Amino acid sequence: MSRDDNAGLYVHVPFCRTKCLYCDFYSVTSPVLLRPWLQAVRKEALFYRDKWALFDSLYLGGGTPSLLDESALHHLMDHVLRVFRFSSDAEMTMEMNPDDVTPHRMQMLRDFGFNRISLGVQSLQDEELAWLGRRHTAEQAENAIRMIRCTGFKNLGVDLIYGLPGQDRATWLRTLQRILLHKPEHLSCYMLTLEDRTPLGRMRAEGKFIQVGESDQIRLFLLTSRFLEEHGYIHYEVSNFARDAVSASRHNQKYWNHTPYLGLGPAAHSFRDGVRWWNVSSVEDYCMRIIRGEKPVEGSEILNGEQLQLEAVYLGLRTKRGFNIALLEKNTQTGTALNRLIRSGYLEVRDNRVIPTRRGYLVADRLPMEILS
Amino acid sequence: MRQIRNFSIIAHIDHGKSTLADRLIQSAGLVSEREFRDQILDNMDIERERGITIKSQTISIPYKSRSGEEFELNLIDTPGHVDFSYEVSRALASCEGVLLLVDASQGVQAQTLANLYAAMEQDLTIIPVINKIDLPSADIETVKEQIETELGLESETAVLCSAKEGTGIDDVLESIVERVPPPARDREKPLTALIFDAHYDSFRGTIVSCRVFDGVVKQGDVIRFMSNGASYRVEEVGVFRLNREPKAELSAGEVGYIISGVKTVSDTRVGDTITLDTMPAPSPLPGFKEVKPVVFSSLYPVSSDEYLSLAESLEKYKLNDAALTYQKDSSVALGQGFRCGFLGLLHLEIVQERLEREYDQSIVMTVPSVEYRFLLKDDTTVTVDNPQYFPDPLDIKSTFEPFIKAGIIMPERYMGAVMKLCLDRRGGNPRFNYPSPGRVEVIFDMPLAEVIFDFYDKLKTITQGYGSFDYEIIDYRESDLVKLDILVNGEKVDALSLIVHKARARDWAVQVCERLKEEIPRHQFKIAIQGAIGGKIIARSTISAFRKDVTAKCYGGDISRKRKLLEKQKKGKKRMKMVGSVAIPQSAFVAVLKTDNE
Ligand SMILES: Nc1nc2c(ncn2[C@@H]2O[C@H](COP(=O)(O)OP(=O)(O)OP(=O)(O)O)[C@@H](O)[C@H]2O)c(=O)[nH]1
Ligand code: SF4
Ligand SMILES: [Mg+2]
Repeated sequence: MSRDDNAGLYVHVPFCRTKCLYCDFYSVTSPVLLRPWLQAVRKEALFYRDKWALFDSLYLGGGTPSLLDESALHHLMDHVLRVFRFSSDAEMTMEMNPDDVTPHRMQMLRDFGFNRISLGVQSLQDEELAWLGRRHTAEQAENAIRMIRCTGFKNLGVDLIYGLPGQDRATWLRTLQRILLHKPEHLSCYMLTLEDRTPLGRMRAEGKFIQVGESDQIRLFLLTSRFLEEHGYIHYEVSNFARDAVSASRHNQKYWNHTPYLGLGPAAHSFRDGVRWWNVSSVEDYCMRIIRGEKPVEGSEILNGEQLQLEAVYLGLRTKRGFNIALLEKNTQTGTALNRLIRSGYLEVRDNRVIPTRRGYLVADRLPMEILS
Repeated sequence: MRQIRNFSIIAHIDHGKSTLADRLIQSAGLVSEREFRDQILDNMDIERERGITIKSQTISIPYKSRSGEEFELNLIDTPGHVDFSYEVSRALASCEGVLLLVDASQGVQAQTLANLYAAMEQDLTIIPVINKIDLPSADIETVKEQIETELGLESETAVLCSAKEGTGIDDVLESIVERVPPPARDREKPLTALIFDAHYDSFRGTIVSCRVFDGVVKQGDVIRFMSNGASYRVEEVGVFRLNREPKAELSAGEVGYIISGVKTVSDTRVGDTITLDTMPAPSPLPGFKEVKPVVFSSLYPVSSDEYLSLAESLEKYKLNDAALTYQKDSSVALGQGFRCGFLGLLHLEIVQERLEREYDQSIVMTVPSVEYRFLLKDDTTVTVDNPQYFPDPLDIKSTFEPFIKAGIIMPERYMGAVMKLCLDRRGGNPRFNYPSPGRVEVIFDMPLAEVIFDFYDKLKTITQGYGSFDYEIIDYRESDLVKLDILVNGEKVDALSLIVHKARARDWAVQVCERLKEEIPRHQFKIAIQGAIGGKIIARSTISAFRKDVTAKCYGGDISRKRKLLEKQKKGKKRMKMVGSVAIPQSAFVAVLKTDNE
């Protein structure tokens, strides 16, 4: 039994009503396997019962967890809360799509102890929402926010996407400004990424539209960061903003600083004591394995010191926390590289931590290569 | 005593030498069903991956003839590619006869002829063998005619077989024992053993492959290398089966190996004669013709502190590849390295790959060059194979480059395309032969420099594999040569300099600039790549500064994937060469060679 008392629990709900055109996540649109999946997750939880001391965050993600109906949610949460222990102030997040938000449902979520909603708004322009293949309008999204607030949720995170073809500063700012009226505690602003295997990726390959150029992407990224910081948000991770330090997603930060987390459901990843393991991604496989009484784990890896260090550095470089400078080798080569990056305005060193600047975030994938030898 | 026959299998590339060797080995029961794999003698990974033989391989096969006599057949399978012809010529020195294979559907090709002449030079018995008779496209009559007219051999003496299906193998074996003369076997004379190959084993030292011409050598003898007088006590002698098989002795006429704890790599030289310290032979065997490299390129360690390790590796490597020549070289951009001579571009590629795989060396190679001559104003002539030593243009009276007689044999239908290719490559003075109906041989005079890059690949493509190419250097001809420099952010990268014909310089420069643009990753600053002759810029490209690469999301499932990517990049970084503040990947130096200069 691990003594960790700050672990996170993630439950993956791999179902969506329809597939968004940009989506690269693993989720299925047929609800046939919903019941078997539910049975399976409940069983999977039992494998880990008594092996994890205490969780201080729960994240129900997907997919679209908000499509779970009342009875399914009840089945799931009742079980999860019985099998695992949560601290009294645990952050309990539910990922939702605006079209699933109803006063009744929100009340139910409160009753299960959820205290944080992560809402997939993506945009407040109807044309953009249609282009992305979202099922809701801007108005629906804003109504959803109001309902969430009315039911007493004090912690709301909103997901937005920017960098859509044809989008300019003005249209993006309109969405941002509108959303700020609702004073969300947390904002995730994702630059649109088009994977080749998604419908939009294919359309781009066929030349049906032209992606925003690199210069404009950079401009939009910097604009977003500056604008939100001016409005009091902390840009605490490449794509994440929080109203204040306590509003940063407690659960998501665990992925970035090697805090233990347990993932249940297809394709979920877990990490503890330098070991990472992950479940099979297909729902069928996942259910079959559990029916056979096996753990649905597809693979695992034991990270050696060097790998842990590499992760600490690269993950650190994606967050305002940065990483401890002691992780770097002390040699002139590293020193020179570090100084160059500081001088060019990509990095800062504060309290013995190497911290990316706003511009540093933009090249965060590359920075580790520059300073590690 | 068993009788001995020593023979090589020679042919044009892919005509089935190694497959025939398979059948001969299997007929002797040397390998179990389970251990067997196709082209079993091609035991280097790189040979199996490419499906070609690179090294000659020796194996001794016991054979009982139809008349009931016992034989020991020493077979040497040789490579067919022209770049490895030195392997063939050394193998021939150990033999009394050859099987000259001809593919029944492809007929006589360039290397068939070249290898035939090499065997005739050594006065060996030649047994023509028509292979692949199982193919639907096999045309035995035509091939027989080619054997008469193109090879000047008697076609009735040809043995027919299908190495693949195993038909005719007995006839092949019988023809060997009947027609290849037995070696002279004088045990009483002082020992002479010709080293025709060697390799370095970190436990046992240098292992020498040799053909004993006179005398006997056995464990405990003290042998002497005649070229330098170094002497060693013999630890083990033996013959090659699929692995080494120790024997009590090796005597005149036999082919085998000697291990004598030679740890000083330079003591062993392929072509040297081994004799006994107590009873030395009066003079060494003639040895081999010096190799004459045709392509030159410099080889540098990716990180300069690996220079010594590279030097050591090269020395050991050369034991096993006598065709490689090298000497010290140095470059401003790349530090200390070696100027190497190769028999062709494939040879160059193989050397690079084997050094990386077998000796774990990370190396950078410079653009290959041929050997140019310069007549200076003071009437002296200098020879230059390295662009670094291009004379001051003000001192040059005239420049010369090597020309070849390029012979291409192909089915008639490809002639138009082949002619165009040769003319594009500055070919001239075309001549034609019609060796047999439907086939044509074009002969061009062409600059050697034009064929060392990708000529052969191009030819293969346009003739769908039916064209074969052979060349010999005929003379040096006056030619308008310039030195093309490549500058990266204003700094000359001497390792990328190139000597080219003036008319081709601009095309080259443009292509190299474009290639480098693809190969050099973006940096935090803009990188200018320029091609220049003297001070004059004739081509340029720009790599824009690197400004954004961050991925939007990084949660549970992304973390390991991203780390693995970084681990891969870290490995790649070790293979980067710094030029000023620009990191140039090793692949960039190679990529410019692959330039499609059409
Ligand atoms: N149909 C048929 N194919 C054959 C025969 N002999 C060899 N091959 C095929 O021809 C190809 C080349 O055979 P190899 O034995 O590797 O040829 P090689 O002469 O050793 O080639 P290099 O060593 O590269 O010069 C292989 O795909 C063989 O399977 C044969 O008798 N009939
Ligand atoms: S709702 Fe989320 S998981 Fe489902 S398809 Fe849309 S983006 Fe993907
Ligand atoms: Mg072969």
